[in-house]
Amino acid sequence: MNLQNFMTNDYFKVIRGGLNSTFQDNGRENLYHIGLPFSGAMDRRNFLIANKLINNDKNDAVIEFALQGPQLKYFGESRNIVITGNVNFKILKNNKTQNNGECYKTIEIDDGDTIDIVSTNKSVYGYFSINGGFKLDKVWNSYSTTTRAKVGPNNGDKLKDGQEILLNNPNHSPFRKLNILNSKIEFIRVIKGTNFDYFSKQSTKDFFSKNYEVTKLTDRMGMRLNGSRLNNIKDTNIKSEGLVKGTIQVPADGQPIILLSDHGTIGGYPKIGMTISADYDKLVQIPPGSKIKFKEIELKDAENLYKLYDMETNNILNKVL
Amino acid sequence: MIKNIVNLGDAAIYCDFGSDVNQEINSKVIKYFKILKDKNLKGVTNLSPSYNKLIITFDLNETNYDYLKQEILNMSFNIKNKHIGQKINIPMCCDEEFSIDIQRIEKKFQKSKNEIINLFLNKNYFCYMTGFIAGMPFLGDLDKKIQLDRLETPRVKVPKGSIGITEQFCNIYTYESPGGWNIIGKTPLNIFDPKNKKKPNLISPGDQITFYEIKKNEFTKFYDK
Repeated sequence: MNLQNFMTNDYFKVIRGGLNSTFQDNGRENLYHIGLPFSGAMDRRNFLIANKLINNDKNDAVIEFALQGPQLKYFGESRNIVITGNVNFKILKNNKTQNNGECYKTIEIDDGDTIDIVSTNKSVYGYFSINGGFKLDKVWNSYSTTTRAKVGPNNGDKLKDGQEILLNNPNHSPFRKLNILNSKIEFIRVIKGTNFDYFSKQSTKDFFSKNYEVTKLTDRMGMRLNGSRLNNIKDTNIKSEGLVKGTIQVPADGQPIILLSDHGTIGGYPKIGMTISADYDKLVQIPPGSKIKFKEIELKDAENLYKLYDMETNNILNKVL
Repeated sequence: MIKNIVNLGDAAIYCDFGSDVNQEINSKVIKYFKILKDKNLKGVTNLSPSYNKLIITFDLNETNYDYLKQEILNMSFNIKNKHIGQKINIPMCCDEEFSIDIQRIEKKFQKSKNEIINLFLNKNYFCYMTGFIAGMPFLGDLDKKIQLDRLETPRVKVPKGSIGITEQFCNIYTYESPGGWNIIGKTPLNIFDPKNKKKPNLISPGDQITFYEIKKNEFTKFYDK
């Protein structure tokens, strides 16, 4: 039998979909003008590591989960999985023994095993990759899911209880393990926004000195904050214009909202600031209830910090043989 | 032509074409958008045209603000030949069930439903931009006699296909979504179809839109097709 042409029937049965589990890749470009956001993995670094450890292509689809992850039962031949992030999960072996899972390490699963991704730990997002990858169709050249527009694989939906996930043939996946610490971030660094001068002197001072709490009204679209009210002294509305991820906008109630990967593409609230690209992966991992502080920096510094961050990501990826 | 170019964070360029909202300024924005889209500049990941701004998003691994700004400033934009969009006629049913805000609008303007709908139908609309939710067209300008503010408290759910008005604009909800526009009718057309990969959005910036009224029985027939 020619193994190359043999198509696998391996699959997962979704026992529990989890809070917000979606297929994601590096994001979808060039569709802002029709109203589709970039989407893609929220924490790009952990997404890249998940694919690298499992020996898949760098832009292959992974399952991203938030807070509570999915519970998946596996049917098929033995193969490897990897989970990245700071995640509590268990592998329930078919013979009823239960093992606590370890992140950043290939784990072999066998027919009948169940992976229970219980929760993320002091973070929000985690990533699940599988040897060979998920059998999905690209939509506009991407495996990213934008649930609000029902765009992406799995009909643009979250994973649902009871559904099945088909898999590709497994590739070579050697044992790999990475020692990595997901460092915490002290400040979110921000470049002044195009409407910075809409806010009172006291408010801009507060913005860069006081704590803001990440509220529960936070998801892939945006992070709603609660703290010192930011008083708009010019106009609480602007003519609707384009938005980009990382924009910090302030509606009339004076509480900032940071736009994240699934944000609406057009909006009319003033932009007080823009979080820098280097801090994005860490920003999205800050769980509701935590406090954050903003720190002002200049464009040139932001560009250099991004270069450093990208270099650091590549160093981590290169550590994986 | 661009009044001002600044950075929007570290990975986007903000081109300001002025503060007014009119078709002349917006046509310039659309022109720049189309030219830049065709040029496919290295590192550019997204273009967001709106009433009077154009935002260009880029990949910091491939380019940066200073470099891309210079590239744009050096480019020639032949702005003279005015962009001509498509003409599209949209069916609209104003049955009670669909025109959920009409009674309030009747009261506000002391006009009958017929008068209001006729004022709405007697205009050609220009598509300024699409977005917020996928494919949603922002059309203008409404007759001054029926311009009104947004709802004070937005609805949690506006049905897909709903046609709403606010200030000088009109839009069509391409998905069920939260929203604060005043709903006067509903179209059975699918304004955004993600399965149509080449042209998912029926209406693009620069298009000329008119509406025509259909009865409830004609409306339901659209779904049978």
